[in-house]
Amino acid sequence: MADLVLILSILVATMRAATPLLFAGLGELVAERSGVLNLGVEGMMLVGAAVGFAAHAVTGSFVLGLLAAILAGAVMAALFALLTLRLLANQVATGLALTIFGVGLSALIGLPWAGVPATGLPAALWPGLAHDSPALQQVLLLLDPLVWLAFAAVVAVDRFLRRSRAGLTLRAVGESAEVAHALGTKVLRIRFLAVLFGGAMAGLAGADLSLAYTPMWVENMTAGRGWIALALVVFSTWKPWWLTAGALLFGFVTIAQFQAEAFGLSFSPDLLATLPYLATIVVLVLISRDATRLRLAAPAALGKPFRPSD
Amino acid sequence: MTNLPRRTVLAGALAAPALMTRAADAAAPLKVGFVYVAPIGKAGWTYQHEQGRLALQAKLGDKVKTSYVANVSEGADSERVIRQMASDGNGLIFTTSFGFMNPTIKVAEAFPKVKFEHCTGYKRRVNVATYSARFYEGRFLAGLVAGHMSKKGVIGYVAAFPIPEVVQGINATLLGARRANPNIKIKVVWTSAWFDPGKDREAADTLISQGADVLMNHTDSPTTVQVGEEKGVWTTGYDSDMSPYGPKTCLTSTMMIWDQYYIKRAGMVLDGTWKSTDTWGGVDSGMIKMAPLNKAVPAAVAKELEIATNAIAAGRYKPFVGPVVNQAGKIAIAAGQALTDQQILSMNWFAQGVEGKL
Repeated sequence: MADLVLILSILVATMRAATPLLFAGLGELVAERSGVLNLGVEGMMLVGAAVGFAAHAVTGSFVLGLLAAILAGAVMAALFALLTLRLLANQVATGLALTIFGVGLSALIGLPWAGVPATGLPAALWPGLAHDSPALQQVLLLLDPLVWLAFAAVVAVDRFLRRSRAGLTLRAVGESAEVAHALGTKVLRIRFLAVLFGGAMAGLAGADLSLAYTPMWVENMTAGRGWIALALVVFSTWKPWWLTAGALLFGFVTIAQFQAEAFGLSFSPDLLATLPYLATIVVLVLISRDATRLRLAAPAALGKPFRPSD
Repeated sequence: MTNLPRRTVLAGALAAPALMTRAADAAAPLKVGFVYVAPIGKAGWTYQHEQGRLALQAKLGDKVKTSYVANVSEGADSERVIRQMASDGNGLIFTTSFGFMNPTIKVAEAFPKVKFEHCTGYKRRVNVATYSARFYEGRFLAGLVAGHMSKKGVIGYVAAFPIPEVVQGINATLLGARRANPNIKIKVVWTSAWFDPGKDREAADTLISQGADVLMNHTDSPTTVQVGEEKGVWTTGYDSDMSPYGPKTCLTSTMMIWDQYYIKRAGMVLDGTWKSTDTWGGVDSGMIKMAPLNKAVPAAVAKELEIATNAIAAGRYKPFVGPVVNQAGKIAIAAGQALTDQQILSMNWFAQGVEGKL
């Protein structure tokens, strides 16, 4: 029984750690599938975290806090879209600038709330579910609704990309903007919406941290999770289920490392912390080594600006 | 001099007369600057230094004029801020993070008339003093309370990096907790980050799942105390009184109180007795203080804590006193002996009873 509880707690902790990565990663995955590389995920997450916390502190409502964070992330993304899609600024440089801007802006917005104690999103938002089984109880007590929302979002994005007409169009734009344009697709509008979705999800990922996972606002509280999400998108070869696997793996590596340490085993934490980045480099090498794989995996028009010819 | 930005040159020119006239005109206030590594917030390392600044301003009133710059990143940016403060006519500047050490020394050499005080560093000059607190004394006392409150005999410790300051805290916690329970264990988890609330949370969850029923942390976020509150597990805080983050479960906190030191040092500059010194204050000087105890702590434990606090303050008891055996089973501190300050500062071993690797 003790073993079951331990295994369950590792599983639950893994899912919880993966949740912010999933939100941010899914958003970026959709944006990249449309052909836009937005390196501003960390900045959008931070702004989402600060705005979400502030909105919750002011209104007392978790729902409004989350909505405000989504909106804030989308506004940041709209700024990015304006610069890269309309004014054709370099996507890499603009994305990096967006992160730097987001770090400063979130610090400014969050100033009155820095370090204010808060209680997190309650896990007990599940009416009608009896806590009969101790194991089930453990899961229910540890997982808040955002965890389930993140995994539901994986299913939704996967179905959208693979099964829907709009998803097909989005992928077409990401593969070749010129061809899609020739077929009468509104390339810029689709990319704009995809980037907006990416920003909204990054904002939600930030609020997941500041309202649920570590309920507080402190500058730079995302601590690089936006960059990990970016790495995971490449690692997943732009597929939602692989992204989920990557996020869970990354969460599991951290949890397993801590569990092992607490058992008295030793690992090199530095080496483990580099794993997602190493894995990303390996994936990049693998897919760029082979032209076919490259074509199958990366959106062909990723990072290329597009100017409608007429 | 020619490379300095215009604004700095002007400020320096304006400040120079002020410096020269201070000796003659006692009424001109001493400008005291503080450089903080983080935002002030509501609790934590920087918050405590800010409390010290406010105490200094309140105590010396018109005689001083204090100011601060918060959230200064360590490295090149801090040098710019410190240099700016020196050229703005500050006569005394406190730089309150280890990473400000080299920038402080560099600026101090360029401003020989300005007095500098660097917190937690080890480099001194004629016009640079250093100061720090014996954080481990607070850990010992927190460990004593934790040892009494732990039912399972397992303390969970969320730690950032295995540097001597952190290792001292863990060993001191164990030795304190042993006064209450000779068989107590400490499980240590390294997060490899001073500030990553997410990792702190994962580490705290892990320690709870492995049976720890009192949590402590040596990282810069209040997350561990928050997790304890959420899961109903005891915690002890660090830096500030962390009970706002864990009203029901935070037992006590090791607080760092810089008020008296700042008042004393500014006073010394005012009356011309300031000298470059190395201060390492503990419970005796009031630099380390325990926050008010949680109501759940029994009166007998509170009494024992008071006795131990007084004994340490009076110098009758030292936390690092033998016999202490290290993890390999070898004698680390011989029976009846106490570690010297140098031995404490270079501590690189865990006592038996600590489960974790260095």
